[in-house]
Amino acid sequence: MKITRHEVERVAVLARLALTDKELDAMTGQMNQLLDYVDTLNRLDTDGIVPTAHAVPVENAFRDDVVRPSIGSERALMNAPAAADNYFRVPKIIE
Amino acid sequence: MRDKYEVVIGLEVHVQMTTRTKIFCGCSTTFGNEPNSQTCPVCLGLPGALPVLNKQVVENAIMTGLATNCKIAPRSLFARKNYFYPDLPKGYQISQFELPICEQGWLDIEVEGGKQKRIGITRIHMEEDAGKLLHGDTPESSGNSFVDLNRACTPLLEVVSEPDMRSSDEAIAYLKKLHQIVIYLGVCDGNLEEGSFRCDANVSIRPRGQKELGTRAELKNINSFRFIKQAIEYEIDRQAELLEDGGKVIQETRLFDSNTGVSRSMRGKEEAHDYRYFPDPDLVPLVIDETWIEAIRTELPELPESKYRRYTETFGLQAYDASVLIAEKAVAEYFEACVALFDDAKSCANWIMGELSRRLNDNGLTIAHSPVTPEMLVGILQRVADNTISGNIAKKVFETMWQSGQEADIIIEEQGLKQVTDSGAIEKIVDAVIAANPEQVADYRAGKEKLIGFFVGKVMQQSKGKANPGMVNELMKKKLAFPLYGEK
Repeated sequence: MKITRHEVERVAVLARLALTDKELDAMTGQMNQLLDYVDTLNRLDTDGIVPTAHAVPVENAFRDDVVRPSIGSERALMNAPAAADNYFRVPKIIE
Repeated sequence: MRDKYEVVIGLEVHVQMTTRTKIFCGCSTTFGNEPNSQTCPVCLGLPGALPVLNKQVVENAIMTGLATNCKIAPRSLFARKNYFYPDLPKGYQISQFELPICEQGWLDIEVEGGKQKRIGITRIHMEEDAGKLLHGDTPESSGNSFVDLNRACTPLLEVVSEPDMRSSDEAIAYLKKLHQIVIYLGVCDGNLEEGSFRCDANVSIRPRGQKELGTRAELKNINSFRFIKQAIEYEIDRQAELLEDGGKVIQETRLFDSNTGVSRSMRGKEEAHDYRYFPDPDLVPLVIDETWIEAIRTELPELPESKYRRYTETFGLQAYDASVLIAEKAVAEYFEACVALFDDAKSCANWIMGELSRRLNDNGLTIAHSPVTPEMLVGILQRVADNTISGNIAKKVFETMWQSGQEADIIIEEQGLKQVTDSGAIEKIVDAVIAANPEQVADYRAGKEKLIGFFVGKVMQQSKGKANPGMVNELMKKKLAFPLYGEK
């Protein structure tokens, strides 16, 4: 076992996922399978290879510091579940 | 009691940059506009939007790194810091984790006894700011919080120090130095109250002589140098009392309330953070070569330390005067504009730190808004230097100038303030003063030479300040030394 049911539960909490007991069991099994596969990859000799964060050989994509039009508050709030006075409205997050 | 313990302080400073646009999109960073009006798919975190790095942010970070003696990383990466909060629309903050742009720097601060102490800088990294939250306080809004994402994606530099500071004074000295540097560089406006320069302090104590660090508390939400000092002092006392009572310091985040001078623990932080950082696939690696770094190095503005040396060595100013003038970039610029027009640096410095500062303070103005420009001030100094007016009259001219905005020469002409250098005219007044004060004359001649001030004062008074004080002094001494014909 690479990962315990308890650890899967914790990761689910961090990702705000509500999993049923059955789902937790299934996820624990699947995640262990994934991690077993990483073991297979780990058998490769990667000495002297720089860790790769990106598969595409591109670097330094920049934009200049020039203002572009924003979309405006009306469009920004268009899909918001709740809004008031041009603000997104959410349940109160401090007591 | 607290003398038994040594305090250890490390600081994290969030420096909000002065770029025109956000770090990953072209939305404006202007402050104070309609909520959510400066947003776009990128800073709203809408699916499919692609962040693109603002080049100016990188250059500002390199500048700051160079000015704080950091190594600039030839290759650095952006990472996602994952957590949920309503002011963070994507569910992650784009930051730097494993490979920040700057590392291993330092700043020298002045500590007790005028000695220098080197404070290490662990790293400086670039990241985006979160949005702003308002919490409802009216009956109809009390169950809600309100989110404004105008600030989301505003570029920040996070400057992390080593735990090298051993007192709240050292912490403040370091912060002021860093504050001064980012303002001189022009990468930050330095406004603490508006949150452009935010400080978190990690504070722990340990019995003197102990090597291992104690458990630290993180103090957040402090927006003035004075409050930072207060918060640190409060924290030292709190931890010392805890340990004395046989208790233990727990690692926690505490909020300092400047109204009560007390900090309180932030709830809900028991669940240790697990940000699950990983490289952001949307942002390609940042590669910085020597050519780029050197180009930026040659364009770095002169920093306070170098100005200080120049002011004391080239201009011959006193250490104190030099440090007052460099404390604010705008003041230093004003001073240099004066010196460029008038080569008596000392009198420029005296006037800026004296009359001008006093007037600015009285009116709650900064030097950038001074109605008296460097050219105008120098206009007065030149007339003092060529003996057209005396130092006292110069102050009068300055007052009029402050009110009316007129040039010195016009004020002197219109108000007839020209100094009397006609020795005949001065002699007349001197004689009159001597004749009118026989007692003092006798005392003076009997050895009370301090009375010279009295006589010169009288002459100046009668000439309405216009007599040349040097000439009055000389003439008066001469006349007092020898009894005049006809005098008793």
